[in-house]
Amino acid sequence: MRFRFRTVGALAVALALSLTAGCAQDGGTGSSSNTVTYWLWDANQLPAYEACAKDFEKQNPGLNVQITQMGWDDYWTKLTASFIAGTQPDVFTDHIQKFGQFADLQVLEPLDDLGIKDSDYQPGLAANWIGQDGHRYGAPKDWDTVALFYNEKMAQDAGLTGEQLGNLSWNPKDGGSFEKAIAHLTVDKNGKRGDEPGFDKNNVKVYGLASKGGGYADGQTQWSSFAASAGWSYTDKKRWGTEYQYDDKTFQSVIKWFFGLAKKGYMAPLSDYNSQSNEGNVQVAAGKAASSLDGAWMISTYAGFKGMKIRTALTPEGPTGKRATMMNGLADSITKNARNKAGAKKWVKYLASNECQTTVGRSGIVFPATPDGTDAAVAAYEKKGIDVSAFTEPVADKKDFTTFSYPITGYAADVQALMEPAMEDIYGNGKPVSSLDQTNDQINLILSQ
Amino acid sequence: MTIASSSPPSRLPPGAAEGARTRPSTNRAKASEKPGDGRLAAVFLAPAMLGFLVFLLWPTLRGIYLSFTDFNLLTPAEWVGLDNYVRMVNDPIFWNSLWVTVEYVILNIGVQTVAALAIAVLLQRLTQSSVLRGIVLAPYLMSNVVAGIVWLWILDTQLGIGNEIIVGLGFDRIPFLADETWAIPTIAMINVWRHVGYTALLLFAGLMAIPNDMYEAAKVDGASEWRMFWRITMPLLRPVLAVVLIMTVIGSFQVFDTVAVTTDGGPANATNVLQLYIYDSAFGRFQFGYASAMSVALLVVLSAITILQYRLTRAGQTDLG
Repeated sequence: MRFRFRTVGALAVALALSLTAGCAQDGGTGSSSNTVTYWLWDANQLPAYEACAKDFEKQNPGLNVQITQMGWDDYWTKLTASFIAGTQPDVFTDHIQKFGQFADLQVLEPLDDLGIKDSDYQPGLAANWIGQDGHRYGAPKDWDTVALFYNEKMAQDAGLTGEQLGNLSWNPKDGGSFEKAIAHLTVDKNGKRGDEPGFDKNNVKVYGLASKGGGYADGQTQWSSFAASAGWSYTDKKRWGTEYQYDDKTFQSVIKWFFGLAKKGYMAPLSDYNSQSNEGNVQVAAGKAASSLDGAWMISTYAGFKGMKIRTALTPEGPTGKRATMMNGLADSITKNARNKAGAKKWVKYLASNECQTTVGRSGIVFPATPDGTDAAVAAYEKKGIDVSAFTEPVADKKDFTTFSYPITGYAADVQALMEPAMEDIYGNGKPVSSLDQTNDQINLILSQ
Repeated sequence: MTIASSSPPSRLPPGAAEGARTRPSTNRAKASEKPGDGRLAAVFLAPAMLGFLVFLLWPTLRGIYLSFTDFNLLTPAEWVGLDNYVRMVNDPIFWNSLWVTVEYVILNIGVQTVAALAIAVLLQRLTQSSVLRGIVLAPYLMSNVVAGIVWLWILDTQLGIGNEIIVGLGFDRIPFLADETWAIPTIAMINVWRHVGYTALLLFAGLMAIPNDMYEAAKVDGASEWRMFWRITMPLLRPVLAVVLIMTVIGSFQVFDTVAVTTDGGPANATNVLQLYIYDSAFGRFQFGYASAMSVALLVVLSAITILQYRLTRAGQTDLG
């Protein structure tokens, strides 16, 4: 009995120790002095960055890059948990939406000594990653813009050419030629188009424009192009604004018109949208919508729809006489408590280099931040037979186009949390746009803390 | 005489009658203990006790402490007294979330309990088939997340096969998960589908404890199945039903995963249940102090409901024997 008791006791202790050891190993990033851990969320980009890591390891003997990829939702949850547990990666792909919060929480390492120059990258990309304290916290990685993806066959059936769709204009009063085109692309169950007498808006077979939901606080692929081309901007300052402007009458007139497309039956209603099962691209793929406003990161997805030719068109010209598209970009950030800070800085510098960005560009998945990387991507898309000019032209054309950035402020998560139901209430429940006045006050109160 | 002497044990919990007759056996049991058994028992209990302390007691106490602080996880917690509770009382989203949760619980528990009871009684009275019991339990084998995603696809307004069938039958499409009116009832029904089999089996186990001779005696007296249900089944099932209700109410108040994968709280906060709001406040907005305060409020509400249920249903008393 004595022997058995000791045996059981020893086993229990061994189990406890192994669990503790297991926890430590599990929770850790497995990094050592010669390992740099790197997290990203896009599976499509993984091979390109693996190629970069291979080159980097060749150039830096003894350094080893360990890449971990996980889906968007898991990514941010695990990153948050890792900051708490002290098991954060050395380097991670950062999103501008999260940047303000991470800067507030002081979990990012300043990258001032990396020698990142604005002129080495596409305009505006490098400046977005400078915090309110004047320090740089991200090295530009890639960029994207928004354009109109449309089903070529449906457009042809409607008698609309690519040239026509690329030269549309809009205004909040009657919607301009953009609304006319969207209406004409809409077909009800009796075959009547949206602009024809007898159109049944309650029984639409194909919507002219897919639903992308309420658009949260940024409306990146929903209403942002329209609001910006009407002369509106999110905040009082270009970056790190202290007041949002959702109470602006111009903005509210844009929103009223935009969600009004759904009331007229030209845009799919909010009830047709679900980020999990029925995103805008799914509606186009299913033949339920003729077009969808979407970002450059979706090019390969739309190009991959079987039995369907998807083309792209520029966003329409607005009341200001200019077109507008959000130009957003990702960056690589180093965590403040990175285990291998020296190695991490070398890796980030390499990721931001023309060398790595050209390698990434050649994969034809994303537009890298450096001009050479962008050119490599354009060539790669061309090789695949994909025309990406609707995404690149806005960046090159300073005369007729306005590119604008994602709103960069503190309390971004709170702003999103307040704006999401507010926009859905207007889109889905028909609440008046003036309700945004109160939401705007709440947001600005939070920002003023 | 033989029959009379064997009948009491069948109406009492196993060992109860014997225990009453043989009270001195406690001493015998003590005498049979061997030296070291206590320590061995402690070793076996230690992992569970450690788990209780680490995963339940400590987080609960720390959560209560954090509810009085402003805490973002990455910097030290700052004592703010009752600020989080004051904010909670004045937060319309909190009250909306609480109301949405209560609405969900009422629908989920109401439908689930009635359906589970019906299934359990049918299983008891009509069949002895273990295959049927297995089929009833099948949805429970699926995770909430998988069940949520499957139903999300089936019920999608535009693409779901469920809506195609509805249209095929000549009705308008129903935005099950995308409309304020439909979303919570739909989520409640998804969870009823997922859990009803398990609840039915719990009730079925309770029904199996009701002696069959009671039904036989009632039948001899000419009672109908309906009368037997109300006069025998329901009264004698009450303690089990009470415990099942307490468990399912607590579980329902903690609804999270099904909502997270189907609607993520939308549209326009219509399905923003309390657990989701707590999660978003903590892990989305880094307001762990406020999230802790809401968690403590939920703990208080659940404790009150549980005590009330326990008292009202006399869950600790049996009508058997």
